[in-house]
Amino acid sequence: MTDLAPLSVAVPLLAAALLAFLHHLLPRRVFDLLAITAAAAAAALTLVLLAHVANGLSVYWFGGWHPRHGLAIGIDFAVEPIGAGLAAFVAILMVLALVYSYRVEDVQAPHYHVLMLTFMAGMVGFCLSGDLFNMFVFFELMSVSAVALVAYKVHEQAALEGGLNFAVINTIGAFLFLLGIGLIYAHTGALNLAQIGRVLANSPNDRVTVVAFTLLVAAFLVKAAVVPFHFWLDDAYAVALAPVCLLLAGAMSEMGLYGLARIWYGVFAPAFGGQEGVIRAVLVGGGLITAVWGAAMSLSEDHLKRMLAFLTISFVGIFLIGVGLLTADGLAGTAVYVLADGFAKASLFGCVGIVQHRLGQVGQRRLHGKARHLRATGALFLFGGLLAASLPPFGPFLGKSMIEDAAVKVGYGFAAPLIVLASALAGAAVLRAGARIFLGWGDVEEDRESSSSDEETESETTGSRDRTPAVMFVPTLLLVLAAAGIGVWFGFADLAGTAAHRFVDGVGYRAAVFGAPPPLATAHSSSPEWYDWLYSGGATVLALIVAAAGLWGRRIKAHAALAGAATIMRPLKALHTGRIGDYTAALALGVVVLGALFTITLR
Amino acid sequence: MSVYPYIVVAWLLGVGLYGVISSRNYIHLIMCLTVMQASTYVLLLAIGYRTGAKAPIFADIPEHSRVVDPIVQALTLTDVVVEATVVALLLALAVQAHKRYGTTDPDAMVRMRE
Amino acid sequence: MTRPRMIIGCLAVLVLVGGFAWGATGLHPFGTGHSRYGNHLAHSTVPQRAATNSVVVTAFDYRAFDTVGEEFILFISVVGVVVLLRAIRGDADDRPEDELVPEQRRISEASRWLGAALVGPLTVLAAYVVVHGQLTPGGGFQGGVILMAGLAAIFLGGEYLLLLRLRRSATVPQLADAGGAAGFVMIGFGGLIGTGVFLQNFLPNGSQGSLLSGGMIPLANISVGIEVAGALLMVLSELLDQRLLGSQ
Repeated sequence: MTDLAPLSVAVPLLAAALLAFLHHLLPRRVFDLLAITAAAAAAALTLVLLAHVANGLSVYWFGGWHPRHGLAIGIDFAVEPIGAGLAAFVAILMVLALVYSYRVEDVQAPHYHVLMLTFMAGMVGFCLSGDLFNMFVFFELMSVSAVALVAYKVHEQAALEGGLNFAVINTIGAFLFLLGIGLIYAHTGALNLAQIGRVLANSPNDRVTVVAFTLLVAAFLVKAAVVPFHFWLDDAYAVALAPVCLLLAGAMSEMGLYGLARIWYGVFAPAFGGQEGVIRAVLVGGGLITAVWGAAMSLSEDHLKRMLAFLTISFVGIFLIGVGLLTADGLAGTAVYVLADGFAKASLFGCVGIVQHRLGQVGQRRLHGKARHLRATGALFLFGGLLAASLPPFGPFLGKSMIEDAAVKVGYGFAAPLIVLASALAGAAVLRAGARIFLGWGDVEEDRESSSSDEETESETTGSRDRTPAVMFVPTLLLVLAAAGIGVWFGFADLAGTAAHRFVDGVGYRAAVFGAPPPLATAHSSSPEWYDWLYSGGATVLALIVAAAGLWGRRIKAHAALAGAATIMRPLKALHTGRIGDYTAALALGVVVLGALFTITLR
Repeated sequence: MSVYPYIVVAWLLGVGLYGVISSRNYIHLIMCLTVMQASTYVLLLAIGYRTGAKAPIFADIPEHSRVVDPIVQALTLTDVVVEATVVALLLALAVQAHKRYGTTDPDAMVRMRE
Repeated sequence: MTRPRMIIGCLAVLVLVGGFAWGATGLHPFGTGHSRYGNHLAHSTVPQRAATNSVVVTAFDYRAFDTVGEEFILFISVVGVVVLLRAIRGDADDRPEDELVPEQRRISEASRWLGAALVGPLTVLAAYVVVHGQLTPGGGFQGGVILMAGLAAIFLGGEYLLLLRLRRSATVPQLADAGGAAGFVMIGFGGLIGTGVFLQNFLPNGSQGSLLSGGMIPLANISVGIEVAGALLMVLSELLDQRLLGSQ
């Protein structure tokens, strides 16, 4: 069954090339069907792979180049439950996004479909690959496709800017990745993750390793959009087509964190094993800042897609906390949270796409009360907001609880209230927007900051505007149900826990790549504690309170609080200038700070 | 001699990054990115070099000659292609920006929106 | 905003340069490195594949999967460029062709003839470089670029219209781009069908030094050569369109 591993990438790639080859011969709708079929095939393949690998690890060597005398010769796919699960998640999201795209304008079919398929192939390949340079190749395949998809609406200035910022910052990230690979290869003479890990385990950790580690971590954090590497994200996600946002927000940001986890457990953990505490502090610290920063920004944003983009940043911060705890429990929580929250965020973008299709606008204040007739979409959006605020007992609640429990276990209990705060603020942003748009609640404010609302006034879809197309509504509904369902079934936590224990077993991983039978991880079970219900219930209530304060702050004489919040937010907002130079300076600063922290502490 | 190539890598990385930070022109900015990219070429090729060794092509040298590392050369080939494509995409975006808004200054484009 | 940006940026860049140099100088001194992996591949290509260019064997056989990804990056960037430049072109497609090319008359006879004279030799050279990839320096990527240079000679010779027609009427470059990309994946599937492993060599190795050596590598080289030439031609003609429109 491992033989299916290469097909999960090769099938969408071949389909993309064939669609482009047939570009003059077939009508648009046939391309829709073919692309959906290819994505569904990839989803089926990755799901079978996931079921087959269960709690083990299976390795596929391309070209039949098996290792000889302990030397990896070719490139391998090292399929683990976490990677295969993430790949399957990407493919499923892609199927739904392609269905959702049925109404998207495609000027020259099938270019849109080709871009989407290679985008997916890049992410799936990145999840499965066990070779550092091969990871880079798929990382770039994903980025290049994403750049074209982000800037797809070239007739809008914001799309051009967003695309340029995205492309430049991510390209610099790619250079960091490549320089890191160069140093690591020079130092260890290997590109296979397991092989590098073996060499590093037997050599003293020196400055080359530290600098290479810094570069690789920085590259992944750029992709994940962790503060201060995050500035490109809201510019890019705010302008992309709604179905593209489904994938960008649902899956692409998480790829960076997956890469980080993969190189930590597969490669660097043996070299830096003794100083785990330092790396934990750095990563969790970065995660906390990102979580709160993103949540605060999303609360102060009028443009719906930009608001959801900051929501994405906020959740990436929470995921980074989960991964950065460097324990199996934290990773398991992140895995659950990534799936649940990925589905939830995707559904929110789906709702925004429907609003945009029906009303041709995405500015909250302008849309005030105008979407009252979109009852079903409004219900989904508001429920999505509650999910973002981690309403028990649904998916995001489960994931958040697991991360909080894991944080408490390693003495990072103080992280839990901050996570609660971040998810409450992020949920409040969505709830307030939903109440304004779909219910017409709250004061009608003057549109002081009209710039963001003006960014996007054209619709990106074709067809009648009088009713919500089923191809847009049904995928959104399915996404919400998936996000909720993950939590209702607590067995999911046990699956993720077992998978995470497999993932963090770097010794077993390295042995299995070189032919040893993979050690089966023992089953782990976990369920939310009583205080998790309290935390998440509190987050939901807090979200409702903040949302209400945002809606009726003037009426209940909370002027001072509102003004205070605005004062706090002003400098933060001023940092998001939209200028590449500023973003690049922030990136350079981030790399330097990261490098300084690692250099001082790890040697 | 033994560390100069690495210093060159650091230098190219730095000037390219400085260029991107200070650039007021998209085309110039993209060229600065290619300068940064040159640092990755130099690094990859430098780490594979072996003093006195031959090119890893056995058409007219004995099979057991000492040769430089072929892997980094293959990696560099990939690197060249990957980044050339990114440059093509960026140039396409810059051309669009210039056609539509008459400017290639990133800062001016932001100001226009405000 | 510019001043704080420059101060922070310059300081950060200085520290980054210093830090990187500090890290990189911790490596083995230049020219004395050793990689068991690199050595193994360099000295296995002749016995295992009867091919003498170990760089090409690394890229197209040992690490062929990297090259598949790389080829698709090239392929997708072409699709991306077409998508990103589409709207502008839409405005101008109806204009008669001679309106588009005001500069054509200014091309000197000398560059015209030079352009025409270069096309043939460059094309032959490209084919040579592609098919000898597994033997001597070269291969699909390099050959594809040279083939493209031959077509660029047409451009330098002032025959923009020929290139424009090539792109507008025929879809040759687009088909070459897509077909070349599909070709490499199909070679991978060939391995799957022939040997049960994706991208495994399924052709005889041939004899060392002959054009038909290296198993599937010559096929892969040809497929990549076609793709690279098609892709670059697409990008060039897309940007050329912009150039011509810009001169209005």
